[in-house]
Amino acid sequence: MSTVSTKIGRRFFIKSSTLAGGGIMLGFNWLASCQMPKKELSSVPKEWFKINGFLKISDNGLVTIMSPNPEGGQNVKTSMPMIVAEELDVNWNDVIVEQAPLDTANFTRQFIGGSQAIRRGWESLRMTGACARHMLKQAAAQAWQVPLEELTTASGVIQHEKTGHSAGYGEMASAAATLPVPETVELKEIKDFKIIGTSRKNVDGQKIVTGQPLFGIDTYREGMLTAMIVHPPAFGLKLKSVDDSAARNMPGIKDIFTIKVFNEDYEKEFFDTCTFTEIAVIVGNSTWEVMNAKKALKISCEPITSSTENRSRFGSKYTQHTPAGLESTTDHKAQMEAMAAKPAEIVRKDGNPDMAFKKAAKIIERTFTAPYLAHNCMEPMNFFADVTSEKATLIGPLQKPEFTEKALSARLGMPLEKIDIQMTRLGGGYGRRSYAHWLIEAALISQKMNAPVKLIYTREDDMTDGIYRPAYHIKFRAGLDGSNNLNAFHVKAGGIPESPLAKDRFPAGAVDHYLAEEWTIDTNLTVGSFRAPRSNFMASAEQSFLDEVAEAAGKDPIDFRLELLEKASKNPVGENNDYDANRYAGVLKMVREKSGWGKESTDIYRGVSAYFCHNSYAAQVLDMKMENGTPKVQKVTCAIDCGIVVNPDGAKNMAEGGIVDGIGNAFFGELTFKDGVPEKNNFDKYRMIRMKEAPKEIDVYFVESNIDPTGLGEPTFPPTFAAVANALYQATGKRHYHQPFLKS
Amino acid sequence: MAKFNLIINGNQKEVDVDPSTPVLWVLRDHLKLVGTKYGCGIAQCGACTIHLDDTAIRSCQLPVSAVGNQAITTIEGLSENGDHPLQKAWVAHDVPQCGYCQAGQIMTAAALLKANPNPTEETIEATMNGNICRCGTYIRIRKAIQTAASNQQG
Repeated sequence: MSTVSTKIGRRFFIKSSTLAGGGIMLGFNWLASCQMPKKELSSVPKEWFKINGFLKISDNGLVTIMSPNPEGGQNVKTSMPMIVAEELDVNWNDVIVEQAPLDTANFTRQFIGGSQAIRRGWESLRMTGACARHMLKQAAAQAWQVPLEELTTASGVIQHEKTGHSAGYGEMASAAATLPVPETVELKEIKDFKIIGTSRKNVDGQKIVTGQPLFGIDTYREGMLTAMIVHPPAFGLKLKSVDDSAARNMPGIKDIFTIKVFNEDYEKEFFDTCTFTEIAVIVGNSTWEVMNAKKALKISCEPITSSTENRSRFGSKYTQHTPAGLESTTDHKAQMEAMAAKPAEIVRKDGNPDMAFKKAAKIIERTFTAPYLAHNCMEPMNFFADVTSEKATLIGPLQKPEFTEKALSARLGMPLEKIDIQMTRLGGGYGRRSYAHWLIEAALISQKMNAPVKLIYTREDDMTDGIYRPAYHIKFRAGLDGSNNLNAFHVKAGGIPESPLAKDRFPAGAVDHYLAEEWTIDTNLTVGSFRAPRSNFMASAEQSFLDEVAEAAGKDPIDFRLELLEKASKNPVGENNDYDANRYAGVLKMVREKSGWGKESTDIYRGVSAYFCHNSYAAQVLDMKMENGTPKVQKVTCAIDCGIVVNPDGAKNMAEGGIVDGIGNAFFGELTFKDGVPEKNNFDKYRMIRMKEAPKEIDVYFVESNIDPTGLGEPTFPPTFAAVANALYQATGKRHYHQPFLKS
Repeated sequence: MAKFNLIINGNQKEVDVDPSTPVLWVLRDHLKLVGTKYGCGIAQCGACTIHLDDTAIRSCQLPVSAVGNQAITTIEGLSENGDHPLQKAWVAHDVPQCGYCQAGQIMTAAALLKANPNPTEETIEATMNGNICRCGTYIRIRKAIQTAASNQQG
């Protein structure tokens, strides 16, 4: 065991109280001051201090563990409590998991995004469990008058071997609740883990398969009204007037009005991105009635003027320029080509790229592009709000409640303590539910109606009111020397409105002469995080390009990457390279072995790809067949290094999902615009991957590791695009540079 | 508005709604049976799948006036104790991620197995192709259906 100082700071007060009916309840806001031993801090930044856990032990030994973060399908509602239960040393069968409400006094970092929930939660969740176990042992030591060091725990039972004393946690819970929180606690050795590393089923699995109300859209309350929005039909337009003469008197309609989502003088945070700042709202008794009135409501719009906004992101200020005009995909393509032809901002330079390219024996230059994508969560955006002068109750699915709560507080002019945000299960997030302007919209509607309201976006609203994945463009140049070694590498990356470049990521560090440039183009299309932001395009372009460069060098694509990684490991170029070359090479070697790379059969075409992002490493070999000219993915073999795997089958499910999502978006994902209007608004036009296009099989392998866990919601998604492109090349002889690869 | 007598999950229910109201919204708004989900409203995603007698049907495109005497089954009524072979197989394979589409997936699969207790993989794929899973759990869905089919046989 390792002893850990909890270092309780004076300003963190401990909430330890006996519950009515017995039991112990620990509020772990003090964990913000806990400190792990130095040796274990090396791979973990300080931010982890901000996650807290919450648990209750009943007098009969049942344990309720509050899962702090929202659940959107990444299975944290199972895996985070598993970590607490491990250190508490209880049977998983005795654990009940509850979703914690948004409670910034007791928890912090209650959000999902960036594949960070497990990584940032790891140590504080462990300490949450270890600390409770320590207090239970302390209570037993006092009751039995024996030294605490002589007590052992197993499966929720404390034992003292010498005297034969034995008690369940439930028996000691009340006494433990009166004890001070210890200054040091002991954590288990990894080899002693009994729950972590074993597959545990989704704690909500039975509820899901029986249709229990778990999702925000399932919220119904007495006297609740239903609301829908009508927004301008095109980006670049704003609401001018509303003609409700036909809609107002339709059956079941209560009111029609407009709302402004934010006050004019409000400085928006990063996650306050909002598509249309003023929208029309229809409120009525039932969904169908409101839907019908929505069709009858007429709005007229006028062009926006260009604007510059001051915004902030996690405390740092930035300005956002929003141009006027009605934008079209065809114009975007021309604009991106023009930008890529001009010099851009140099963000990293190693060696002498100019000279190296002049001397190169062979130069390969290729351009890759990707379109806007809509998130298309299966549960359309929605939120329940009940706002009175005294209190605001909000119930629904969102990824970043803490940030949205602040925005709502500012908009309503209501202090945070009067706002209660309850998190439901998310019917998908993928980044879209980080931008919860619809929560504010719901609150404003409830306030105006003086009644509880559920706001629902139709699928069409969901798809056309998007916070989209940006459109990207990359131009790569590679210079090979006379011995076919990659000697020079140039990446010029840009997008509308952001660049996808991560300048210090592979192959930076592996090439002597490296140049990275980036550019951006402003837009009035609203964009935001989409599963593995930026990486979802970088991986696609870079790993496709390296495949082509390997071919030009006459090398096996895996050997070629491994050569580069060996250089990055033994003799890295430049500074701040953001990846561990050995772990990167590790997943490539593993996937090579597990997929039987090199033993190709006649009708199977294989593509390989690997990427590091969100602190985890993933490599894939994708097997494709051609059936009547249509590519069919047969199998994907995936090797992952994400440190310790908490819940292997849950992790495997997540990896499978990322890969299927990657195949779907590589083949079909695209949202185009004409004169500001999104050209797809529902699933009849927006092509999603369906069962027939999913692989028959996905084999997932994890690198065995004692390194603290990192996330898995995103890392398997980005490399899939290139595995698809590289297999398509083998199958068709044609390189695919522009997503989506198949036009439906 | 008009009154409709519906047989839902074996129970008689009376609702007073506009005859054009899709069964999806009758179930959700008026009867609080929320297991049936709204996904697209145009019968493209399958999240709203229910059974009309033994046929899987998209409830978002089915006006309540068209139901007549046909019995409606929703995910809540698929089995009494949540132990339909598909529900058990879904849990055994730990299929769901976000879970939003899964009731529709199970209802589509349940109608398939009722009509064809031992479907081929091709039949499973052809039948399930109308149900979107945004999280990409298709491989597990396929396996769970195969498991349920073989358990039913056994």
